[in-house]
Amino acid sequence: MIQRQSTYGLMAEFLSAEELLEASKRTNEAGYQKVDAFSPFPIEGLAEAIGFERTRLPIIVFCGGLLGCCGGFFLQWWPNVIGYPMNIGGKPLDSWPAFIPITFELTILFASLSATFGMLALNLLPAPYHPVFNLERFALATKDRFFLLIEAEDPKFDPEQTRQFLKELNPREVSEVES
Amino acid sequence: MAGREPENVGTLVSPGSEVLGPGHSYGSVTDKISSIVLTRGIGNKYKIGFAMAVMLLLLLNFGITVLLAEGVGIWGINIPVGWGFAITNFVWWIGIGHAGTLISAFLLLMRQKWRTSINRFAEAMTLFAVACAGTFPLLHMGRPWLFYWLLPYPDTMGVWPQFRSPLVWDVFAVSTYASVSLLFWYVGLIPDLATLRDRATKNFKKVIYGVFALGWRGSARHWKRYEMAGLLLAGLATPLVVSVHTVVSFDFTAAIVPGWHSTIFPPYFVAGAIYSGFAMVVALAVPLRKYYGLEDFLTIRHLDNMGKMMLATGMIVAYSYVMETFMAFYSGNKFDIFMIMNRMTGPYALVYWSLIAVNLVIPQLLWSSRVRRNPLYLFLLSFSVQTGMWLERYMIIVSSLNRDFIPSSWGMYYPTRWDWIIFVGTIGLFFTLFYLFIRFLPMISIFEMRELVHKTAEEGGHK
Repeated sequence: MIQRQSTYGLMAEFLSAEELLEASKRTNEAGYQKVDAFSPFPIEGLAEAIGFERTRLPIIVFCGGLLGCCGGFFLQWWPNVIGYPMNIGGKPLDSWPAFIPITFELTILFASLSATFGMLALNLLPAPYHPVFNLERFALATKDRFFLLIEAEDPKFDPEQTRQFLKELNPREVSEVES
Repeated sequence: MAGREPENVGTLVSPGSEVLGPGHSYGSVTDKISSIVLTRGIGNKYKIGFAMAVMLLLLLNFGITVLLAEGVGIWGINIPVGWGFAITNFVWWIGIGHAGTLISAFLLLMRQKWRTSINRFAEAMTLFAVACAGTFPLLHMGRPWLFYWLLPYPDTMGVWPQFRSPLVWDVFAVSTYASVSLLFWYVGLIPDLATLRDRATKNFKKVIYGVFALGWRGSARHWKRYEMAGLLLAGLATPLVVSVHTVVSFDFTAAIVPGWHSTIFPPYFVAGAIYSGFAMVVALAVPLRKYYGLEDFLTIRHLDNMGKMMLATGMIVAYSYVMETFMAFYSGNKFDIFMIMNRMTGPYALVYWSLIAVNLVIPQLLWSSRVRRNPLYLFLLSFSVQTGMWLERYMIIVSSLNRDFIPSSWGMYYPTRWDWIIFVGTIGLFFTLFYLFIRFLPMISIFEMRELVHKTAEEGGHK
């Protein structure tokens, strides 16, 4: 088993979205890689500031939609043409225009399921435990405070220097997150 | 916690805007909305309202029990009018749901700020309305326990649902709509559940909200994917909501009955759905803002905008009525002409003219901004519209079916007390669910309100 470090990282607390955004940019410029920022609402440009440019979610949703579309059409085509062909009102067996509404609905259904569960999976949620919750003040991250975390696993991390660096960003306070 | 400085020191305060009262901070919107769930408890008015809703729900249970024991013969339906109240109520309820999805998805894509404080409870309204709607086709089947025959699965009988039938399309459309609405609503709730988890003081509340919050911690990476998911869901739900009522209208248009077989039905139904849905949002918003003191969040501007939406969709509905009448005469088809004349002067003429009065004439008051900006007037108007939309579906179903091609097969439809009991009962189901929702979940999206505080403060600062 990997030896547990006693420190998970250092957390700086800020009062405004702008301060957090600025601090995140400077942390990224300083070369820290294992960084995360926490805010009570989505902030434009924050993910980019900590070096997270794009998400694969749209591809996952597209694949889900495609699966729903093809699966939905096949679901109707197969029984009507192969599985149990029956002449109904003289219509052709493969009367594809009549299959479009259900194909459409299943496309939407599968794409929506992929969007929801894809987002949760990429975010590694549900995650009932996370070290950041050890910090008592972190409860304010879902209310009105903004947090910046540098993990101890970061190659540049040094307990003293990193603390000093964070203090220069002008936070309300810097605290240690226990692991 | 001891030794902490006052809560709002140093955090930003919004100067307010037309859609948000002045002086709000991230903390104040959080406290105001979460306190309704966590600390304010329930008052007497809530208890009385909830008790009434539950009584109606019990009435629904009673009605369904008798229905299952006796069969659909206790309803007034017969040949030629085989659909009656059940399908009227189904279309009415599912139409009401549509405004919720429209507000949460379509207005999100249009970047309308005023959706922020109404989207959560409007989405909840959608879910509950769909639940009520779903009850009716199931009961109308006569043997609801065999509902799964509608679903395609390789059964031992070797038969499949008729995929070319709009009634089977309906099964897929409505169940997809219910599922996607639920996903959209739950995804929107996750950050707020985390807020409630962190604000709750009692342990069992922390655990329950914590389980449903899935460990949300507001990480920037999470937010990025979260926003992308929200945007994609909105983009998917917008065509979905249009498709659902279109498919519902196909149930009618695919038949050859005069009064049903008409190409105007899909847009006419979608507009009518949004019309009645906005009326329901108003009917819920006006008491909520008054009872919970949410005038800062549900401003007069919100009511004004919703009034305008009702007016716009109401005019589309009015246009459809006019076109329907015009086309009947223009086509020269004698069955169509007879159908329209039967509606206006036949045995159900009272329904038709009441419909014109409450759904078309009275809502013209919405042209006046004084009416739109007055909560009481708007509240009363919303009832007029909802009654009107219910009458519209009743008219379409009953007055089209009661006299079709052969006079010897004409017949009247009279709803029985069981029709009424089950209809009123679903109103109880709706409000019971809604009362539980406002008690246990934040009725306004907290994180989006924080975002609104941030945006209005930024805009205020630039002035």
